[in-house]
Amino acid sequence: MRGAGVKHYDVIVIGGGPAGLAAAVSACDKGAGSVLVIERDRVVGGILNQCIHNGFGLHYFKEELTGPEYAGRFAEMVRNTRAEVVTDTMVLDIRASADERVVSCISAEEGYREYGAGAVVLCMGCRERTRGAIAIPGDRPAGVLTAGTAQRYVNIEGYMIGRRIVILGSGDIGLIMARRMTLEGAKVLACVELCPYSNGLNRNIVQCLNDYGIPLYLAHTITGITAENGRVASVTVSKVDGGRPIPGTEFTIDCDTVLLSVGLIPENELTRGAGIEIDRRTNGPVVYEDMMTMTPGVFACGNVVHVHDLVDFVTAEAMKAGAAAAEFAAGKRVEGEVIEVRGGDGVNYTVPQRIRPGNAGRAAEIFFRTNRPRGESVIKVTSGDRKIASFRREHMAPGEMEKIIVPAVLLAGASGSIEVSVETTGEA
Amino acid sequence: MKELICIVCPKGCHLRVDEENGYAVTGNGCERGAEYGRKELTDPRRVITSTVKIEGAVCPRCPVKTDVAIPKALIFEAVKLLDGVVLRSPVAPGDVVLADVLGTGANFVVTRKL
Repeated sequence: MRGAGVKHYDVIVIGGGPAGLAAAVSACDKGAGSVLVIERDRVVGGILNQCIHNGFGLHYFKEELTGPEYAGRFAEMVRNTRAEVVTDTMVLDIRASADERVVSCISAEEGYREYGAGAVVLCMGCRERTRGAIAIPGDRPAGVLTAGTAQRYVNIEGYMIGRRIVILGSGDIGLIMARRMTLEGAKVLACVELCPYSNGLNRNIVQCLNDYGIPLYLAHTITGITAENGRVASVTVSKVDGGRPIPGTEFTIDCDTVLLSVGLIPENELTRGAGIEIDRRTNGPVVYEDMMTMTPGVFACGNVVHVHDLVDFVTAEAMKAGAAAAEFAAGKRVEGEVIEVRGGDGVNYTVPQRIRPGNAGRAAEIFFRTNRPRGESVIKVTSGDRKIASFRREHMAPGEMEKIIVPAVLLAGASGSIEVSVETTGEA
Repeated sequence: MKELICIVCPKGCHLRVDEENGYAVTGNGCERGAEYGRKELTDPRRVITSTVKIEGAVCPRCPVKTDVAIPKALIFEAVKLLDGVVLRSPVAPGDVVLADVLGTGANFVVTRKL
């Protein structure tokens, strides 16, 4: 199959969600002569099409948009570039060596195809953890869905998924669906969260739960599901201590539906298949400051790298990746020193994991999440015993991604690696 | 003194609103937060999003929103008005689905090109 007949693009973008669309726009802006976006759904826009609530775009567009509006604007921007978009097409695998990248894909219309690429940008996003991933005991009836699946059924397909609903997990999609189902006429009886704090944004606790009087049970979990006639009939909820249910604290809620909002997993089957190095903490590829993975010519951005809270940050990251991919396709190669970025005390992960100071421009952006809610804190960047930079925060929470900007001049003296850590001085 | 979480943007600033001193707001990261804090205690409003039926499009539901925030107390009454509304493709963002919702001056508008 490979050979003279293979069509070549400067940049191939895998996935037409917010990351893919922004990467394509940015690659074209940076001068890529030919760009192809490959999307497996019928339309581009990805998950934004089902996120009908507002709150998107405050950073990028400086106005408050709904998900479909945000996606629509980027789809329009892509239409105004030379980028080609194919939909209903599934990428099967990526083969990447030092000097060649081949993307193979399949669609009902075109059959099996291979394309060559100067650079590839991975924009596959993430998927939800399911009941199987968290092992809730009890019956296996109808009526247990992930929150995002419910969101698609309700907002796009127009199905009413249940009348009496319990939500497990307080991730943002679960909170958003609590409000959504309430407005659709369902009774949302409880949101049950294993952790002693919510993993969603504070604003969503306020406007999705508090606005509608939906109780949030922190440090609780569902320890059983019972069924009648093949449908959820009730759940047992228990208080937990350090993640373990406390015997004797059980209570029962009669309901017909359980929605799971228990985390997202970057979707990296293609990445693993291509032999690209994965970070065990993010479950996404290890990347440099310009979003190139450890495999030259393959870039990655958005939720496939690490799960973001805000699409605006996905867009910014994708713009960086798209531009760098266009430059790689045009022959740019980055040489020189590499600094490893490590997560120290209180830091769950960092992105990027490696910085090449020579390519960082005037400053390097580092994103990370802290491991627990914190009051007044100081974020420290150190190299060995040397303090490089510090940043103050009034509040920090695992549900809110942190961003620090380290001036390149300060990185110059870092020897081999830097560490990002958090020290809390006040109460959460 | 009332403590609020600002919902204007995802940053979620911790606001303190002094009801006894002209609803003076502190803890806000931007001017919009000050306005939210004031309004939340005097006239709380929300932008409402939902869907309506659409025919002839790639999917059977079309997302809509109120183009400005409406009083919180009217939310349920407002979404009830969407029952039975049927759009016909093509529609574009900004197309008015229902004008002047409950006399608030807000319109339900389309948010997706379908």
